[in-house]
Amino acid sequence: MPTISINGSEHTLPPDPRVSLLDFLREHLHLSGTKVGCNQGACGACTILADGERILSCLALAVQYEGRAITTVEGLAADGQLHPLQQAFIEHDGFQCGYCTPGQICSAIGMAAELKRGVPSHVTDDLAASEIAPSHDEIRERMSGNLCRCGAHNGIVAAINEQLAAAAQEAP
Amino acid sequence: MTPFTYARARDAGDAVRLVALADASYLGGGTNLVDLMRETVARPAALVDVTGLSSAIEARPDGSILIGAAARNTAVAEHHAVRQRFPLLSRAIVSGASAQIRNMATVGGNILQRTRCTYFYDNEGSRCNKREPGQGCDAIGGFNRMHAVLGASSACIATHPSDMCVALAALGAIVHLQGAGGARSLPLTGLHRLPEDHPERDTELAPGELITAIELPPLPFATRSAYRKVRDRSSYAFALVSVAAALDVDGGIVRDVRLALGGVAHKPWRAWKAEGTLKGQPASIDSFRAAAAAELADATAQSGNGFKIGLAQRTMVAVLQGLAGREDQP
Repeated sequence: MPTISINGSEHTLPPDPRVSLLDFLREHLHLSGTKVGCNQGACGACTILADGERILSCLALAVQYEGRAITTVEGLAADGQLHPLQQAFIEHDGFQCGYCTPGQICSAIGMAAELKRGVPSHVTDDLAASEIAPSHDEIRERMSGNLCRCGAHNGIVAAINEQLAAAAQEAP
Repeated sequence: MTPFTYARARDAGDAVRLVALADASYLGGGTNLVDLMRETVARPAALVDVTGLSSAIEARPDGSILIGAAARNTAVAEHHAVRQRFPLLSRAIVSGASAQIRNMATVGGNILQRTRCTYFYDNEGSRCNKREPGQGCDAIGGFNRMHAVLGASSACIATHPSDMCVALAALGAIVHLQGAGGARSLPLTGLHRLPEDHPERDTELAPGELITAIELPPLPFATRSAYRKVRDRSSYAFALVSVAAALDVDGGIVRDVRLALGGVAHKPWRAWKAEGTLKGQPASIDSFRAAAAAELADATAQSGNGFKIGLAQRTMVAVLQGLAGREDQP
């Protein structure tokens, strides 16, 4: 049987190829942390990590992700400790209603990995640069695929900024 | 979604064979096709997943780059040789969609994505010749702010939504294809069609033909190139107008130039007229204005998009001024 890894556990994929990865997570596995927003790739609420890369689970057919390792917001905390970015969102009021938050947090984790390997963005001045400083403008541009209708973007950017700075200090 | 079967192709030959077996569509990252299937605008009976085919990006010693059609958009944009040799392509890709979508979308799928004309998507409430041939076009005389000003027809005024393709058109990219009858290649500028009387056909691909790779021929002066996108919000929006350009200036004279426009036509629009007007002329704002005017001379406005004709010209001039290192206002 074709399987997929979700937060470290193997699960059998659904037989109907129409099932989106989003519906598989929520309706089949009852992992309701990942949210349905627009269900058409416009809002980012359904963002999850596939082998560490941020993707939209609403536009992904579950069957396409056979054998892949998926991480959802439920898989971020470890040993009873929140992921540092989850803690930073609390400290910086990075949400109001909380609906976009799982997508925001998964997206920001994927974004940090992209920054680390030097993926350029629309606002990157120097394409030749191997290191890109995570400026306010860089974070806003790179997070533009995640909408927050409460308007908590300032807190979201502050939380991400703090966590990127902390991670940079820890790195050798 | 209507029911469909799903199969993964092992290689290009396998993909072409599987697609021929059923009323099948190729599936890349799914960022456009899955959405169209959910809206039942697309109703394939079978999907052949081609994301496992070549995604290699090969930077060759002669200055060219060969990109497997399954390469993800992010992988192309971040590739060191693409950034170094063809910076306008990296710039174009990262100005499109969102990071999540760029991580999913393949190069082949980006090329074959369908228009975002809202009437095309409105399956139940609007007439659309691209969706249902012969039905009529509600965009004409409707809300057509995003629509075409060049090459449109009385059947269709939709635009091609890709940013990446605008850079590929400027670069003279070659599209490698595999079909039941064998392999062939087409210039990207000859792949997409103008709507004419058959807007249901976006491209010149034969039924079941597969894009296997994109080749970027050597173009040394593309190191001086740019992509500028004008849109309603500063990120994650389709282009009103975009310009891809590369400029080669020698002693104040334009030795060579590449120009293409996005957001203005049914296909990525290579600005051949502007290029022809500009070659051999001084790299001055007057020459740039004359070239931009020549390109838009045949433009036709719809009820809500006349602003694009001026906007396209000003954006072309601004991009060329920037590449020429001049600061006079367009």
